[in-house]
Amino acid sequence: MSTSWPLWEVFVRGKRGLNHVHVGSLHAPDAEMALRNARDVYTRRNEGVSIWVVPAAAITASSPDEKDPFFAPAGDKVYRHPTFYAIPEDVPHL
Amino acid sequence: MADDLELRFERTVQAESRIEPRDWMPDGYRKTLIRQIAQHAHSEIIGMQPEGNWISRAPSLRRKAILLAKVQDEAGHGLYLYSATETLGADREDLTTKLIEGRQKYSSIFNYPTLTFADVGVIGWLVDGAAICNQVPLCRTSYGPYARAMIRICKEESFHQRQGYELLMTMMRGTQQQRDMVQDSVNRWWWPALMMFGPPDAESTNTEQSMAWRIKRDTNDELRQKFVNMSVPQAEALGVAFPDPELKWNEERGQYDFGSPDWDEFWQVVKGGGVCNEQRIAHRRKAHEDGAWVREAAAAHAAKQAVKEGAA
Ligand SMILES: [Fe+2]
Ligand SMILES: [Fe+2]
Repeated sequence: MSTSWPLWEVFVRGKRGLNHVHVGSLHAPDAEMALRNARDVYTRRNEGVSIWVVPAAAITASSPDEKDPFFAPAGDKVYRHPTFYAIPEDVPHL
Repeated sequence: MADDLELRFERTVQAESRIEPRDWMPDGYRKTLIRQIAQHAHSEIIGMQPEGNWISRAPSLRRKAILLAKVQDEAGHGLYLYSATETLGADREDLTTKLIEGRQKYSSIFNYPTLTFADVGVIGWLVDGAAICNQVPLCRTSYGPYARAMIRICKEESFHQRQGYELLMTMMRGTQQQRDMVQDSVNRWWWPALMMFGPPDAESTNTEQSMAWRIKRDTNDELRQKFVNMSVPQAEALGVAFPDPELKWNEERGQYDFGSPDWDEFWQVVKGGGVCNEQRIAHRRKAHEDGAWVREAAAAHAAKQAVKEGAA
Protein backbone atom coordinates (compact mmCIF):
# COMPACT_ATOMS: atom_id res chain seq x y z
CA MET A 1 0.00 0.00 0.00
CA SER A 2 1.58 3.22 -1.07
CA THR A 3 -0.33 6.02 0.56
CA SER A 4 1.10 9.43 0.83
CA TRP A 5 -0.49 11.37 3.69
CA PRO A 6 -2.61 14.39 2.77
CA LEU A 7 -1.17 17.90 2.87
CA TRP A 8 -2.21 20.32 5.63
CA GLU A 9 -1.69 24.06 5.71
CA VAL A 10 -0.55 25.37 9.08
CA PHE A 11 -1.55 28.68 10.68
CA VAL A 12 -0.06 29.92 13.94
CA ARG A 13 -1.24 32.60 16.36
CA GLY A 14 1.99 34.17 17.56
CA LYS A 15 0.49 35.56 20.75
CA ARG A 16 -2.85 36.56 22.18
CA GLY A 17 -4.31 39.50 20.30
CA LEU A 18 -2.85 38.51 16.92
CA ASN A 19 -4.43 36.67 14.00
CA HIS A 20 -3.41 33.19 12.97
CA VAL A 21 -0.83 33.53 10.19
CA HIS A 22 0.07 30.96 7.55
CA VAL A 23 3.52 29.49 8.26
CA GLY A 24 3.79 26.54 5.87
CA SER A 25 2.47 23.05 5.32
CA LEU A 26 3.08 19.45 6.27
CA HIS A 27 1.86 15.93 5.61
CA ALA A 28 -0.07 13.98 8.23
CA PRO A 29 -2.59 11.12 8.21
CA ASP A 30 -5.24 13.05 10.16
CA ALA A 31 -5.96 16.38 11.83
CA GLU A 32 -4.71 15.34 15.24
CA MET A 33 -1.35 14.17 13.92
CA ALA A 34 -1.16 17.27 11.75
CA LEU A 35 -1.48 19.40 14.90
CA ARG A 36 1.21 17.44 16.73
CA ASN A 37 3.57 17.60 13.79
CA ALA A 38 2.86 21.31 13.33
CA ARG A 39 3.85 21.90 16.94
CA ASP A 40 7.18 20.13 16.40
CA VAL A 41 7.94 21.63 13.00
CA TYR A 42 6.69 25.21 13.35
CA THR A 43 6.74 26.09 17.06
CA ARG A 44 9.99 24.75 18.50
CA ARG A 45 10.76 28.15 20.03
CA ASN A 46 7.43 29.31 21.47
CA GLU A 47 6.44 30.86 18.14
CA GLY A 48 2.78 30.31 18.88
CA VAL A 49 0.01 29.98 21.44
CA SER A 50 -2.47 28.36 19.07
CA ILE A 51 -2.28 26.36 15.84
CA TRP A 52 -4.82 25.75 13.08
CA VAL A 53 -4.36 22.97 10.55
CA VAL A 54 -6.52 22.95 7.44
CA PRO A 55 -6.56 20.30 4.69
CA ALA A 56 -4.84 22.02 1.77
CA ALA A 57 -7.50 20.60 -0.54
CA ALA A 58 -10.21 22.46 1.41
CA ILE A 59 -8.81 25.91 0.68
CA THR A 60 -10.36 27.99 -2.07
CA ALA A 61 -8.17 30.83 -3.29
CA SER A 62 -8.61 33.65 -5.73
CA SER A 63 -6.43 33.07 -8.75
CA PRO A 64 -3.90 35.63 -9.91
CA ASP A 65 -5.53 35.94 -13.31
CA GLU A 66 -8.60 37.30 -11.58
CA LYS A 67 -6.46 39.48 -9.40
CA ASP A 68 -7.49 42.82 -10.80
CA PRO A 69 -11.27 42.46 -10.76
CA PHE A 70 -11.25 40.50 -7.49
CA PHE A 71 -9.28 43.09 -5.57
CA ALA A 72 -10.49 46.08 -7.53
CA PRO A 73 -13.11 47.17 -4.98
CA ALA A 74 -10.28 47.82 -2.51
CA GLY A 75 -8.02 49.35 -5.12
CA ASP A 76 -10.08 52.46 -5.75
CA LYS A 77 -10.90 53.20 -2.13
CA VAL A 78 -7.68 54.86 -1.04
CA TYR A 79 -9.68 56.78 1.54
CA ARG A 80 -9.67 53.60 3.59
CA HIS A 81 -6.00 54.15 4.37
CA PRO A 82 -4.89 56.56 7.04
CA THR A 83 -2.25 58.10 4.78
CA PHE A 84 -5.08 59.44 2.55
CA TYR A 85 -5.64 62.24 5.05
CA ALA A 86 -3.26 65.19 5.28
CA ILE A 87 -2.85 66.20 8.90
CA PRO A 88 -0.58 69.09 9.97
CA GLU A 89 2.62 67.78 11.51
CA ASP A 90 2.21 69.69 14.76
CA VAL A 91 -0.99 67.83 15.65
CA PRO A 92 0.17 65.09 18.04
CA HIS A 93 -0.95 61.48 18.44
CA LEU A 94 -2.61 61.03 15.05
CA MET B 1 -1.33 36.91 -23.47
CA ALA B 2 1.76 34.77 -22.82
CA ASP B 3 3.98 37.80 -23.40
CA ASP B 4 1.82 39.70 -21.00
CA LEU B 5 2.32 37.12 -18.26
CA GLU B 6 6.04 36.94 -18.89
CA LEU B 7 6.31 40.69 -18.71
CA ARG B 8 4.43 40.77 -15.44
CA PHE B 9 6.71 38.04 -14.05
CA GLU B 10 9.85 39.89 -15.10
CA ARG B 11 8.63 43.20 -13.71
CA THR B 12 7.76 41.60 -10.40
CA VAL B 13 11.21 40.03 -10.10
CA GLN B 14 13.03 43.18 -11.14
CA ALA B 15 11.07 45.28 -8.69
CA GLU B 16 12.37 42.99 -5.89
CA SER B 17 8.80 41.93 -5.24
CA ARG B 18 7.94 38.25 -4.70
CA ILE B 19 6.57 35.60 -6.99
CA GLU B 20 3.88 33.60 -5.19
CA PRO B 21 2.74 30.00 -5.84
CA ARG B 22 -0.30 30.75 -8.00
CA ASP B 23 1.47 33.33 -10.18
CA TRP B 24 2.45 32.50 -13.71
CA MET B 25 6.18 31.68 -13.96
CA PRO B 26 8.46 30.42 -16.74
CA ASP B 27 8.95 26.64 -16.79
CA GLY B 28 12.70 27.03 -16.39
CA TYR B 29 12.22 29.13 -13.26
CA ARG B 30 9.95 26.50 -11.74
CA LYS B 31 12.25 23.60 -12.64
CA THR B 32 15.42 25.31 -11.48
CA LEU B 33 13.78 26.31 -8.20
CA ILE B 34 12.46 22.80 -7.53
CA ARG B 35 15.93 21.38 -8.13
CA GLN B 36 17.67 24.03 -6.02
CA ILE B 37 15.24 23.91 -3.08
CA ALA B 38 15.07 20.10 -3.11
CA GLN B 39 18.86 19.87 -3.09
CA HIS B 40 18.87 22.25 -0.16
CA ALA B 41 16.18 20.24 1.65
CA HIS B 42 18.09 17.00 1.08
CA SER B 43 21.23 18.66 2.52
CA GLU B 44 19.40 19.55 5.73
CA ILE B 45 18.09 15.99 6.08
CA ILE B 46 21.35 14.21 5.24
CA GLY B 47 23.17 16.81 7.36
CA MET B 48 21.56 15.32 10.46
CA GLN B 49 23.72 12.21 10.13
CA PRO B 50 27.31 13.41 10.74
CA GLU B 51 26.28 15.15 13.96
CA GLY B 52 23.67 12.58 14.93
CA ASN B 53 26.65 10.24 15.10
CA TRP B 54 27.73 12.00 18.33
CA ILE B 55 24.43 12.42 20.17
CA SER B 56 24.76 9.23 22.20
CA ARG B 57 28.41 10.00 23.00
CA ALA B 58 28.14 13.71 23.89
CA PRO B 59 30.29 14.30 26.99
CA SER B 60 27.59 15.90 29.16
CA LEU B 61 23.82 16.12 29.42
CA ARG B 62 24.05 19.81 28.46
CA ARG B 63 25.95 19.05 25.25
CA LYS B 64 23.62 16.18 24.45
CA ALA B 65 20.50 18.34 24.84
CA ILE B 66 22.05 21.07 22.65
CA LEU B 67 23.11 18.63 19.96
CA LEU B 68 19.68 16.96 19.93
CA ALA B 69 18.01 20.34 19.54
CA LYS B 70 20.34 21.28 16.70
CA VAL B 71 19.82 18.04 14.80
CA GLN B 72 16.05 18.39 15.31
CA ASP B 73 16.29 21.91 13.86
CA GLU B 74 17.96 20.51 10.74
CA ALA B 75 15.03 18.13 10.30
CA GLY B 76 12.73 21.15 10.58
CA HIS B 77 14.77 23.03 7.97
CA GLY B 78 14.41 20.13 5.58
CA LEU B 79 10.64 20.11 6.14
CA TYR B 80 10.23 23.88 5.59
CA LEU B 81 12.07 23.48 2.30
CA TYR B 82 10.21 20.38 1.10
CA SER B 83 7.03 22.30 1.89
CA ALA B 84 8.27 25.17 -0.33
CA THR B 85 8.93 22.76 -3.24
CA GLU B 86 5.38 21.48 -2.97
CA THR B 87 4.01 24.97 -3.63
CA LEU B 88 5.76 24.62 -7.00
CA GLY B 89 4.00 21.36 -7.77
CA ALA B 90 6.71 18.94 -6.63
CA ASP B 91 5.72 15.74 -4.87
CA ARG B 92 7.46 14.92 -1.62
CA GLU B 93 7.45 11.15 -2.10
CA ASP B 94 9.03 11.70 -5.45
CA LEU B 95 11.78 13.92 -4.01
CA THR B 96 12.59 11.36 -1.31
CA THR B 97 12.77 8.66 -3.96
CA LYS B 98 15.09 10.78 -6.09
CA LEU B 99 17.36 11.34 -3.10
CA ILE B 100 17.68 7.70 -2.12
CA GLU B 101 18.15 6.65 -5.72
CA GLY B 102 20.95 9.18 -6.09
CA ARG B 103 19.14 11.14 -8.79
CA GLN B 104 19.21 14.38 -6.78
CA LYS B 105 22.17 15.75 -4.89
CA TYR B 106 22.83 17.18 -1.46
CA SER B 107 25.75 19.25 -0.18
CA SER B 108 29.03 17.33 -0.46
CA ILE B 109 30.18 18.51 2.95
CA PHE B 110 28.06 15.80 4.57
CA ASN B 111 30.07 13.08 2.88
CA TYR B 112 32.97 13.72 5.24
CA PRO B 113 33.13 11.69 8.47
CA THR B 114 32.88 13.10 12.01
CA LEU B 115 35.89 11.50 13.69
CA THR B 116 36.01 13.30 17.05
CA PHE B 117 33.68 15.32 19.26
CA ALA B 118 35.57 18.47 18.22
CA ASP B 119 33.98 17.93 14.80
CA VAL B 120 30.61 18.78 16.34
CA GLY B 121 31.99 22.18 17.34
CA VAL B 122 33.78 22.79 14.05
CA ILE B 123 30.70 21.83 12.04
CA GLY B 124 28.61 24.32 14.01
CA TRP B 125 31.20 27.04 13.61
CA LEU B 126 32.39 26.54 10.02
CA VAL B 127 29.81 24.38 8.24
CA ASP B 128 26.76 26.12 9.67
CA GLY B 129 28.74 29.37 9.34
CA ALA B 130 29.26 28.79 5.61
CA ALA B 131 25.61 27.76 5.28
CA ILE B 132 24.58 31.05 6.92
CA CYS B 133 26.72 32.99 4.39
CA ASN B 134 24.98 31.14 1.59
CA GLN B 135 21.52 31.49 3.08
CA VAL B 136 21.26 35.05 4.35
CA PRO B 137 21.09 36.50 0.80
CA LEU B 138 18.41 33.92 -0.06
CA CYS B 139 16.07 35.54 2.46
CA ARG B 140 15.61 38.08 -0.39
CA THR B 141 15.14 35.50 -3.12
CA SER B 142 12.33 36.16 -5.61
CA TYR B 143 10.17 33.15 -4.76
CA GLY B 144 8.02 33.96 -1.72
CA PRO B 145 7.74 30.54 -0.01
CA TYR B 146 11.49 29.94 -0.44
CA ALA B 147 12.38 33.37 0.96
CA ARG B 148 10.09 32.84 3.95
CA ALA B 149 11.58 29.40 4.64
CA MET B 150 15.06 30.92 4.50
CA ILE B 151 14.12 33.60 7.03
CA ARG B 152 12.98 30.97 9.52
CA ILE B 153 16.08 28.90 8.86
CA CYS B 154 18.52 31.79 9.25
CA LYS B 155 17.01 32.72 12.60
CA GLU B 156 17.67 29.20 13.86
CA GLU B 157 21.12 28.85 12.30
CA SER B 158 22.58 31.51 14.52
CA PHE B 159 22.11 29.18 17.52
CA HIS B 160 23.85 26.44 15.55
CA GLN B 161 26.93 28.49 14.88
CA ARG B 162 27.18 29.93 18.36
CA GLN B 163 26.83 26.58 20.15
CA GLY B 164 29.64 25.21 17.96
CA TYR B 165 31.96 28.11 18.67
CA GLU B 166 31.19 27.98 22.39
CA LEU B 167 31.93 24.23 22.41
CA LEU B 168 35.32 24.91 20.80
CA MET B 169 36.13 27.72 23.24
CA THR B 170 35.47 25.28 26.06
CA MET B 171 37.78 22.68 24.52
CA MET B 172 40.49 25.28 23.92
CA ARG B 173 40.45 26.09 27.65
CA GLY B 174 40.96 22.38 28.39
CA THR B 175 44.00 20.13 28.04
CA GLN B 176 46.66 20.24 25.32
CA GLN B 177 45.14 17.06 23.94
CA GLN B 178 41.78 18.79 23.58
CA ARG B 179 43.37 21.80 21.87
CA ASP B 180 45.13 19.47 19.44
CA MET B 181 41.84 17.77 18.76
CA VAL B 182 40.26 21.11 17.83
CA GLN B 183 43.15 22.06 15.53
CA ASP B 184 43.04 18.65 13.85
CA SER B 185 39.33 19.04 13.24
CA VAL B 186 39.80 22.54 11.81
CA ASN B 187 42.49 21.15 9.50
CA ARG B 188 40.07 18.55 8.15
CA TRP B 189 37.00 20.80 7.76
CA TRP B 190 38.43 24.11 6.52
CA TRP B 191 38.80 23.19 2.85
CA PRO B 192 35.54 21.25 2.56
CA ALA B 193 33.80 24.28 4.17
CA LEU B 194 35.24 26.55 1.46
CA MET B 195 33.98 24.10 -1.17
CA MET B 196 30.43 24.55 0.15
CA PHE B 197 30.16 27.74 -1.94
CA GLY B 198 30.50 25.70 -5.11
CA PRO B 199 33.05 25.76 -7.93
CA PRO B 200 34.86 28.98 -8.92
CA ASP B 201 32.72 31.50 -10.83
CA ALA B 202 34.63 30.81 -14.05
CA GLU B 203 33.46 27.19 -14.01
CA SER B 204 30.02 27.73 -12.57
CA THR B 205 27.17 27.18 -15.02
CA ASN B 206 23.71 28.78 -14.80
CA THR B 207 24.91 31.58 -12.52
CA GLU B 208 23.81 34.35 -14.86
CA GLN B 209 20.25 33.12 -15.36
CA SER B 210 19.83 32.39 -11.66
CA MET B 211 21.08 35.86 -10.75
CA ALA B 212 18.62 37.43 -13.21
CA TRP B 213 15.82 35.40 -11.63
CA ARG B 214 17.01 36.48 -8.18
CA ILE B 215 17.23 32.89 -6.99
CA LYS B 216 20.95 33.36 -6.52
CA ARG B 217 22.03 36.71 -5.16
CA ASP B 218 25.84 36.58 -4.99
CA THR B 219 28.40 34.55 -6.92
CA ASN B 220 30.22 31.58 -5.39
CA ASP B 221 33.54 33.43 -5.19
CA GLU B 222 31.98 36.51 -3.60
CA LEU B 223 30.40 34.41 -0.87
CA ARG B 224 33.58 32.39 -0.33
CA GLN B 225 35.60 35.58 0.12
CA LYS B 226 33.06 36.94 2.56
CA PHE B 227 33.22 33.73 4.59
CA VAL B 228 37.03 33.80 4.76
CA ASN B 229 36.98 37.45 5.86
CA MET B 230 34.53 36.63 8.64
CA SER B 231 36.24 33.45 9.79
CA VAL B 232 39.85 34.58 10.18
CA PRO B 233 39.30 36.85 13.21
CA GLN B 234 37.14 34.13 14.78
CA ALA B 235 39.98 31.62 14.37
CA GLU B 236 42.41 34.07 15.95
CA ALA B 237 40.12 34.62 18.93
CA LEU B 238 39.82 30.87 19.31
CA GLY B 239 43.56 30.27 18.98
CA VAL B 240 43.52 27.95 15.97
CA ALA B 241 45.09 28.32 12.52
CA PHE B 242 43.57 27.53 9.14
CA PRO B 243 45.65 25.04 7.10
CA ASP B 244 46.40 27.50 4.29
CA PRO B 245 49.92 28.96 3.86
CA GLU B 246 48.59 31.46 1.33
CA LEU B 247 46.10 32.95 3.75
CA LYS B 248 47.07 36.55 4.51
CA TRP B 249 45.56 40.03 4.73
CA ASN B 250 45.75 42.02 1.51
CA GLU B 251 45.94 45.69 2.44
CA GLU B 252 45.17 46.85 -1.08
CA ARG B 253 42.04 44.76 -1.53
CA GLY B 254 40.95 45.17 2.06
CA GLN B 255 40.31 41.41 2.09
CA TYR B 256 42.13 38.19 2.87
CA ASP B 257 43.97 36.39 0.09
CA PHE B 258 43.64 32.63 0.33
CA GLY B 259 44.59 29.44 -1.49
CA SER B 260 42.44 27.37 -3.77
CA PRO B 261 40.60 24.29 -2.50
CA ASP B 262 41.39 20.99 -4.19
CA TRP B 263 38.70 21.05 -6.86
CA ASP B 264 39.56 17.55 -8.04
CA GLU B 265 38.64 16.29 -4.61
CA PHE B 266 35.45 18.37 -4.74
CA TRP B 267 34.30 16.81 -8.02
CA GLN B 268 35.27 13.35 -6.84
CA VAL B 269 33.05 13.72 -3.76
CA VAL B 270 30.22 15.23 -5.81
CA LYS B 271 30.36 12.23 -8.12
CA GLY B 272 29.99 9.83 -5.21
CA GLY B 273 33.60 9.14 -4.30
CA GLY B 274 33.60 10.70 -0.83
CA VAL B 275 34.29 8.70 2.32
CA CYS B 276 30.64 8.61 3.41
CA ASN B 277 28.51 8.98 0.26
CA GLU B 278 27.29 5.40 0.29
CA GLN B 279 26.76 5.28 4.02
CA ARG B 280 24.68 8.48 4.05
CA ILE B 281 22.32 7.32 1.32
CA ALA B 282 22.08 3.78 2.69
CA HIS B 283 21.14 5.19 6.09
CA ARG B 284 18.50 7.50 4.62
CA ARG B 285 17.08 4.66 2.57
CA LYS B 286 16.91 2.35 5.58
CA ALA B 287 15.18 5.00 7.70
CA HIS B 288 12.63 5.51 4.93
CA GLU B 289 12.01 1.81 4.40
CA ASP B 290 11.90 1.00 8.11
CA GLY B 291 9.30 3.74 8.53
CA ALA B 292 7.00 2.35 5.86
CA TRP B 293 4.85 0.31 8.26
CA VAL B 294 4.38 3.36 10.50
CA ARG B 295 3.18 5.47 7.59
CA GLU B 296 0.81 2.73 6.50
CA ALA B 297 -0.51 2.05 10.00
CA ALA B 298 -1.16 5.74 10.62
CA ALA B 299 -2.99 6.07 7.31
CA ALA B 300 -5.09 2.96 8.08
CA HIS B 301 -5.92 4.31 11.53
CA ALA B 302 -6.96 7.67 10.05
CA ALA B 303 -9.17 5.94 7.48
CA LYS B 304 -10.84 3.81 10.16
CA GLN B 305 -11.37 6.86 12.37
CA ALA B 306 -12.96 8.75 9.49
CA VAL B 307 -15.41 5.90 8.84
CA LYS B 308 -16.32 5.79 12.55
CA GLU B 309 -16.96 9.52 12.63
CA GLY B 310 -19.04 9.28 9.50
CA ALA B 311 -21.18 6.56 11.12
CA ALA B 312 -21.69 8.42 14.39
FE1 LIG C 1 19.99 23.93 8.69
FE1 LIG D 1 22.32 24.35 10.97
